[in-house]
Amino acid sequence: MKIIFVLIIVSLIVALGFLGAFLWAVKSGQYDDDYTPSVRMLFDDEEAKNNNK
Amino acid sequence: MTVVLDNAKPRVSTPPTDANHCYHCGEPCEDERIVSDGKAFCCTGCKTVYEILSENKLDTFYALEATPGKTLRAKANADYAFLDQPEVVQKLVDYEDDQLIKVSFKLPAIHCTSCIWLIEHLYKIDEGVLKSTVNFLAQEAHFQLNPQKITLRQLVELLDKIGYAPQLQMEQLTQGGAVVKDRTFSYQMGVAGFAFGNIMLLSFPEYLGLEESAFQRWFGYLNIVLSIPVLVFSAKSYWQSAWNSLRQGQWNIDVPISLGIAVLFLRSVYEIVSETGAGYLDSLAGLVFFLLIGRWFQLRTYNHLSFERNYQSYFPIAVLRWQDGIFASATLDTLRVGDLVRIQHNGLVPADGVLEAGTAQLDYSFVTGEAVPIEKKAGDRVFAGGRQVGGQIDVRLNKAVSQSYLTELWNDEAFQKNYVPGSSVLLNRIGRFFTPVVLTVAIFTLGYWWPIDHRIAMHAFSAVLIIACPCALALSVPFTLGNALRLLGKMGVYIKHTHVIESLHDVDTIVFDKTGTLTSTEQVKDIQYLGDALSVEVQQYIKSVVAQSSHPISRLLAGLWPDVAVLPVSQFEEFAGKGIRASVAGQEVKIGSAGFVQPHPASPGTWVKVEGTCYGPFVVRHSFREGIANLLKEWSQQYDLYLLSGDNSAARTELAQYFPDAHLHFDQSPHDKLEFIKSLQAAGKRVMMIGDGLNDAGALQQSEVGMVVTEDVNNFTPACDIILSSRQFADLPKVMKYQVNTIYLVYAAFGLAFIYNVVGLSYAVQGLLSPLIAAILMPLSSITIAVFGLLGSNYLFTKIGSDKSHLN
Repeated sequence: MKIIFVLIIVSLIVALGFLGAFLWAVKSGQYDDDYTPSVRMLFDDEEAKNNNK
Repeated sequence: MTVVLDNAKPRVSTPPTDANHCYHCGEPCEDERIVSDGKAFCCTGCKTVYEILSENKLDTFYALEATPGKTLRAKANADYAFLDQPEVVQKLVDYEDDQLIKVSFKLPAIHCTSCIWLIEHLYKIDEGVLKSTVNFLAQEAHFQLNPQKITLRQLVELLDKIGYAPQLQMEQLTQGGAVVKDRTFSYQMGVAGFAFGNIMLLSFPEYLGLEESAFQRWFGYLNIVLSIPVLVFSAKSYWQSAWNSLRQGQWNIDVPISLGIAVLFLRSVYEIVSETGAGYLDSLAGLVFFLLIGRWFQLRTYNHLSFERNYQSYFPIAVLRWQDGIFASATLDTLRVGDLVRIQHNGLVPADGVLEAGTAQLDYSFVTGEAVPIEKKAGDRVFAGGRQVGGQIDVRLNKAVSQSYLTELWNDEAFQKNYVPGSSVLLNRIGRFFTPVVLTVAIFTLGYWWPIDHRIAMHAFSAVLIIACPCALALSVPFTLGNALRLLGKMGVYIKHTHVIESLHDVDTIVFDKTGTLTSTEQVKDIQYLGDALSVEVQQYIKSVVAQSSHPISRLLAGLWPDVAVLPVSQFEEFAGKGIRASVAGQEVKIGSAGFVQPHPASPGTWVKVEGTCYGPFVVRHSFREGIANLLKEWSQQYDLYLLSGDNSAARTELAQYFPDAHLHFDQSPHDKLEFIKSLQAAGKRVMMIGDGLNDAGALQQSEVGMVVTEDVNNFTPACDIILSSRQFADLPKVMKYQVNTIYLVYAAFGLAFIYNVVGLSYAVQGLLSPLIAAILMPLSSITIAVFGLLGSNYLFTKIGSDKSHLN
């Protein structure tokens, strides 16, 4: 059962990694606007469209 | 979540192929119909935008949504010359060097998917735009420019040309630079959530009753380490709030919360170190996490609205000033006493001064509440805030912008009022008696157990403090009222904060403004004839003459007698700002102001003279909003109603049927209104002020609740607590009722929370509270309260909304 100690430490490190990712995401402004990106991703690729015309 | 940005007028999307509707904006082509490229346009502005876009292969703009534009019919030609001045640019941009300029603008015209697309593809029109990003909810766009290829002025002019004129007001000069966003709250939530999850995981052996002491010790210490950031960082605002309230000798709701958290931590550490138990650290982290979620729910507000605006966001950023022999653009903060400024049609007088040249027709309806524009001649004094209608005027300033008659209002102490975020009156009222009761119960428990067993006594004592921590109670307000706030926002009733709903509950007096609030400034105005009866001939003469003129009053007069025939008119002459002279059937007809027509006795309004005989006056009236009669009738039974108008008493008789005569006050200056609210409050009244303009700013600020009615929520509104879209005006009684009912809902949630507390306490006083019970009871109570608040407020909302057709 000694392996539990290792596993716990590993799981904590993974969790800390996610916490770090979240803090970074907030810091880089990803949570400042939670609506526009959802629209932006639906825009068609410009070049393809113009070629079709 | 569907996002609807309120744009006052609901847009009916018309198919773009319709030949009678503008391809760009979808408005019907009434006065003008311009055809270009096989498409119809309502005005040259719309056509120009279409041409620019199609030239630059940006047709997708019209493909994403039908008629995505906004009409440019009423677009004024703006002068952006001030953007060439380096010191102005410096104040507006977020970052600037030789290669890169970063700048953010608020573009109030952003309202649909096509807008986002177009603004983000601006680089196709001008390669100087390196990157443009839209924040839709805030109606903001961030630009990165190459200053070698495009100047700030060119960017703004481009935006203006395609119908997205940035909002440039005086306040941008004083604010300066980008506002650094405070993201501490998100960090706090992240840390608390992280700790909560992991502590729960490490507490599993305890939950399952596993007896592996080697792990438990080690897990316990890990839990302590994990909970320290929660205690110090995430719960920081609760410590601060509790400490502040204690220093003022009060017990707000954060005192028992902080007490609970502190005891939770100390007791847990003691149990873990002494190896007598596993502690309650999972409950601690969960409690803080839930509290923060509640606060987050409460704080999510309207990005695109500002509730804090003052006169600086009303005034423009620059005016034309006489300098070195020409009128050059100068920013408002550089204006000095003695400067000569030129004001064009639709421009604002920036500061008090004396009119030097031109005839001013100043519309003060927003500033003083006077409905009819005032005529001023050279040499007359003019006051800041008036909007010039007609030709250009030159004004010599004799006051600085901040010292003007209007802006002085902001020096009143009412504007120094400090606003404390996060405190709920209702909760603090409960906190005041909650804390003593909890302490009494805890000490009583200690006293009861102490002679029997010291250990159980300490155990029970701390358990009482832990379980009594009013977490569920503290969640009832944010979830119930926060949700109510959001639901009302969808309707067009924008409330600044949940406190406002609490204050509304206490309101017993409602004070109205007239112009722009009870009356509409945008709806069709009426014209009323106050003189002796007119013969059909005279009506014919008047109608024939005014039919030739496009002046707004002429058009109103022309619509007065629909059945009267029109005669041929000769020698038609129009005198700007004065009136019309013409000859009909050999008779000289003069129509215009009293000064032009010269009746006896002279009075304001429009007069008519036919061959020496005067008729009149005709008086323009703003029409009252729809549903006013019902609203006032309904409210007069529940509230004391007052009316404060900056206008003259012309509407007294009409209003007397709704207000007691002594409650009608006319010719009120902005200061009078402020003082009036103060006097009502001194008499113990709790006042809601409903206004619209700058003249109400003081009263709105001073009253318990200030509500602003606006035709377009993107327009300037003075600082207030509630912004109401004018479409919703008739529904105000329902809104009020809903708000009152949600407060009862909060009381019900309090009741529920108390039941949980009593159940928990019954375990605690017996010394039976195990970490498992705490771990179940705490989240359970929090979640039921949150769900109760959400469902309840939704249910009440559907009840008021069921008979409303225009609710989305």
